[in-house]
Amino acid sequence: MSEREVLELLRENARYSTADIARMTDLEEDEVAAVIDDLEAAGVVRGYQAVVDWDELETERVRAEVELNVRLDRETGYDDIAERLARFPEVKALRLVSGDYDFDMEVEGDSIREVSQFISEQVAPVPEITQTVTHYVMTSYKEHGIEFGDGEDDDRLSFSP
Amino acid sequence: MPIELSDRVQTVPPSGIRRFFEIAEERDDVISLGVGEPDFATPWAARDAAIASLEAGKTSYTANRGKRELREKISDYVADRFDLGYDPAEEIITTAGASEAVDLAFRALVDPGDTVAIAQPSYISYEPGVIFAGGEVLSVPTREADEFKLTAEGLDVAGAADADLLVLCYPNNPTGAIMSEAELEPVAEFARENDLTVLSDEIYAELTYDGEHTSIATLEGMRERTIVFNGFSKAHAMTGLRLGYALGPSAAINAMNKIHQYTMLSAPTTAQHAAIEALDSCANDVVEMVGQYDRRRQFVLSRFREIGLDVFEAKGAFYCFPEVPDGWTAEEFAEDVLREQGVAVVPGDVFGAGGEGHLRVSYATGLGDLRKALNRIEAFVDEHV
Repeated sequence: MSEREVLELLRENARYSTADIARMTDLEEDEVAAVIDDLEAAGVVRGYQAVVDWDELETERVRAEVELNVRLDRETGYDDIAERLARFPEVKALRLVSGDYDFDMEVEGDSIREVSQFISEQVAPVPEITQTVTHYVMTSYKEHGIEFGDGEDDDRLSFSP
Repeated sequence: MPIELSDRVQTVPPSGIRRFFEIAEERDDVISLGVGEPDFATPWAARDAAIASLEAGKTSYTANRGKRELREKISDYVADRFDLGYDPAEEIITTAGASEAVDLAFRALVDPGDTVAIAQPSYISYEPGVIFAGGEVLSVPTREADEFKLTAEGLDVAGAADADLLVLCYPNNPTGAIMSEAELEPVAEFARENDLTVLSDEIYAELTYDGEHTSIATLEGMRERTIVFNGFSKAHAMTGLRLGYALGPSAAINAMNKIHQYTMLSAPTTAQHAAIEALDSCANDVVEMVGQYDRRRQFVLSRFREIGLDVFEAKGAFYCFPEVPDGWTAEEFAEDVLREQGVAVVPGDVFGAGGEGHLRVSYATGLGDLRKALNRIEAFVDEHV
């Protein structure tokens, strides 16, 4: 149970200190640290990253959602293809999905040119890949549960009964 | 010639919080833990229903007691959540906030000279409400040693045996105290023995973090002498929509409705549409918000203990009620921590007898701000205490 609670809090904000997590739960700080160690060791928690709104930065960051169709044969399964694609650092996320295409791949780069080249030169030539459809991200409204709007101002009175 | 004001209205002193507003205005970095309303927005489904009702032009009055559909849903909801059984036709009235319902009850039940015992510290409107209705207030202080729960002994010592009505509010604003069935029973017995009518403000019922809320009206022999108040402001984060309700025996509810029909006519129609949807589909939102409050509650209580201020384990509403250090009054502490550190809290005296020497600290604020505010309070205590 404490595992779920700690996990929920880390998913809410991975920068909560172990002390703050302990304050919010019935756990001691060293218990929290132990739970986090266990989650990491078991491979449940795979990492911690910042949620970035690239539109707020001067530097350009190009992201694309790529639909991939593949053809399997006796020697090659989904896992084999995925393993090969996942090795590229440009690939930020890769998921096998249901529906009209097989893989849903997120790619990031510094320019459209770079991302396009990566897809045409590194991804498309993979023999099992039969089709790629690339969607460039134009605006991001929400990532990892965090909305990218201006936020709602707290217009409550500073004192109320 | 100046307009002559009524004695009744002049008897009631101006709000004790007024002065603090002005101090808060002087700084632009104030973090307020002085707020008595949720920081969450109304669940989207309820807002959407309100918008849809406006688009459909549903902007006329409703039945005085509120839309029949809403009263039926309230009846089902309180039966399901709190084991309360009330007939939507005769025993439920919806009002512009629970505050209106409380006021209606005072005006419907209090004759000039009647005594209304009020368990304190508690919500600041009860006392003026009694005075506006022509009654006399009898303060019944509760004590930190009892975790601010009302006891039969406390009632007896205060002289509540001779009162006509008793007002209580659990989960409590400002202390965060709750009362279990076992703790309510002696209070119920006192009310039965002394023939007191009980006004039970249960607006924070959903915000109970230890076990389930018990309504005093569910105890033996209490339904016929109790009016229960609840509403959508706290649990459903709908304060500005103004929608509350009262549950009680038909004679009392009919009398309250008589006043309501000549003054308010009906509770806000848009809010009634939002409330129907809130009861239909927002139970999970409530669970989510309650979970968030509970984490913050534990965080704030832990921090006060680390800072070194005594604080009892508040288990309801969204307040905790720490004690100020020796040598300070609550008002001095609240004023100085606001001026020097920009943290707004409310001195406990504002809420009546038993509140002195304490601060009402609201955790209806995001964790980031709570963390900052408590760090500032810590710095203040380190410097001055």
